[in-house]
Amino acid sequence: MEFVFLLEQIVNGLVLGGYYLLVAMGLALIFSVGGVVNLAHGAFYAIGAYAAYAIGEHAGFFGGILVSPILVALLGMAFERTILRRFYDADPIQGLLVTFGCAMIVEQLLRIVWGAAPIPVAMPQALKGAVLLGDFLFSRYRLFLLALCALVLAGVWWLLHRTAFGRVVRAGIERPDMVAALGIHIGPYRLAVVALGVGLAALAGALFAPIATVHPAMGEEILTTAFVVVVIGGLGSFWGVVLAAALVGVTRGTTIHFVPAAGEAAMYVLMFLVLLLRPRGLLGERIGRFE
Amino acid sequence: MAAKTNARELRSGPTRRGAMLGGAAVMAAGTLGFPAILRARTEALRLGHLTPRTGFLGALGEYAVLGLRMAEEEINAAGGVLGRRLEILSEDSINPDTAATKATRMLERDDVAFLWGEISSASALAIAQVAARAKRLFVAVGPRSDVLRGKNCNRYMFCTDIPNTVMVNAVGRALLRQGMVKGKKYFTVTSDYVFGHDLLRAAKAFFAAHGALHIGDELVATDVTDFSPYLLKARQARPDIVCLNLAGNQVTNFVKQYAEFGLPFPTVGFNLNTADAWAAGPGNLSGTWPTVWYHTLATPGSQAFVAAFTKKYGKPPENHAWITYVVLKILVRAMEETKSTDSEKLIEYFEKGPRFDILKKREAYFRSWDHQLIQEAYPFSVKPADKMKDKWDLMELGPAVPAEDEPLEIIYPSREQNTCVL
Repeated sequence: MEFVFLLEQIVNGLVLGGYYLLVAMGLALIFSVGGVVNLAHGAFYAIGAYAAYAIGEHAGFFGGILVSPILVALLGMAFERTILRRFYDADPIQGLLVTFGCAMIVEQLLRIVWGAAPIPVAMPQALKGAVLLGDFLFSRYRLFLLALCALVLAGVWWLLHRTAFGRVVRAGIERPDMVAALGIHIGPYRLAVVALGVGLAALAGALFAPIATVHPAMGEEILTTAFVVVVIGGLGSFWGVVLAAALVGVTRGTTIHFVPAAGEAAMYVLMFLVLLLRPRGLLGERIGRFE
Repeated sequence: MAAKTNARELRSGPTRRGAMLGGAAVMAAGTLGFPAILRARTEALRLGHLTPRTGFLGALGEYAVLGLRMAEEEINAAGGVLGRRLEILSEDSINPDTAATKATRMLERDDVAFLWGEISSASALAIAQVAARAKRLFVAVGPRSDVLRGKNCNRYMFCTDIPNTVMVNAVGRALLRQGMVKGKKYFTVTSDYVFGHDLLRAAKAFFAAHGALHIGDELVATDVTDFSPYLLKARQARPDIVCLNLAGNQVTNFVKQYAEFGLPFPTVGFNLNTADAWAAGPGNLSGTWPTVWYHTLATPGSQAFVAAFTKKYGKPPENHAWITYVVLKILVRAMEETKSTDSEKLIEYFEKGPRFDILKKREAYFRSWDHQLIQEAYPFSVKPADKMKDKWDLMELGPAVPAEDEPLEIIYPSREQNTCVL
């Protein structure tokens, strides 16, 4: 009995991990390729949720989660071309400041357009309710979320590790100068990575909208967790971020199971321990230009 | 060994990796607060208003400011206060620390006559201390913790919203009628700050007095948006009833996720603000809840207010819009009748117990010994989806508590129960 309860928390933690991963993956990729800490990443998550809500009003829930990430990816490309690219080689503090400013502007714009009150987004009827296996209970919607995250994850892995595009991106993370010396212009790849990264964040926002609510400050809420995941996972490693996201999700759930009061602090304790033992994160690689 | 070397390397000056950590620190510590600062104009009479505009109570504070601006405009259109234009300096209180800092600044530098506002009990406690030190009036408009008008009451603070004990009594009476108390196993989920703890205390007293069993409680941090681990724990406890002592958008997120998981136990709750019910959307909320006011209240005063508000803002007022609106009218009347903005004179005036029209059936008044505004409360329950006229028409307002032939004070903590010493 006790074991089933714990298992529920672990599976639930994995779902949360999948959702954290969608946000953290983009954050890690954009930083790895461009060297900018994108504090506006949460803003794209929020825009994704609002866009999915607005599109969903006309095209239904699935239309929303399909179209919103694409629109946000396009917006991300505009953001990269006009703002982000100027800060790839600048002092990292400047990148922090400008993206932080962008996050504030977006939050206020969302407040102006849609108001401060949270907006309810309905869950599709087919995904409502719980799945019951013996005594094991789980939300149908969250199982859908888990499956979708796994699918997206597989897609991103394939893109980075099995395509020519991925080879250039990975080389660009390690040695952008060598990539340039080989006659490959890194610019378009950085653009594509930003589009991919913010698109994933938008997808996360769209998927989480029916679980919680859509409100202007939602980006700020998730960004803290995403940072913790990236720091625990380490830079330059795809699986590091995946592992960290799952760990953070499961740690939170199991801590709430045993020591409820410590539930929300657990991920910070985890980060602290990992940094003590492995300052580059669990699977972080040594990247010369970042040291 | 390798880790040690790495640690030393990482400490050697600012790096991009360091910037990533810095980003995490900024996000963990920072709040994106945007103060809505109004600039001073000469000879206007200024009052300082603080209320949360961001965070888990932000949506409620937004309504409070709408009510505030509407009352302010009406008052100025009618000639202002004491022949002067009324100017309300309203800012986002963000958290107790910031609230105290802003309260100090408003009193010392912005030259406000006194302070009012708030929804968060924790921030209200912080502001109350600042105001008491400066010997200036603070009218706590929205906070509901018993301790504000009990253990932590003070001469300079007045509270206008219904306290937790009243909310528990308002819903409790309905639950007793439905036979949902005696011998029932209650599992509570509680907001982990002064308000939640206070409400849990009131709830436990109610359970103990009426033979309900309290089998478990989960404290939930105010910034939590995902309640799934707590839902799983609630189910594991196998209660008869799940009871919510949550605040702000915690209520919204909890009821949505409760519906998502499809748990079979009925829910009841001892605190609900209409904005959070609206945010949950139809089909997620169920059960009976307490309220201080709802826009379907059928008094001529309320209906006129609702019509004017809806015309101005395109949506009906929420309970925080209503209470902020009526409290500003009360404050203005107090200043007019005492011909003063002096805190001591205003306190003396309120303690005499003048009756105020708050757009309800019965008039309200401040109790002199704990500074609580005594007024009616209501239970309201969720309407079936097919009975809703529009998306705002989510709740069915129950009869006022206490009943018309009962004294208003019977649902409030009595002098014996209340430890307040002014």
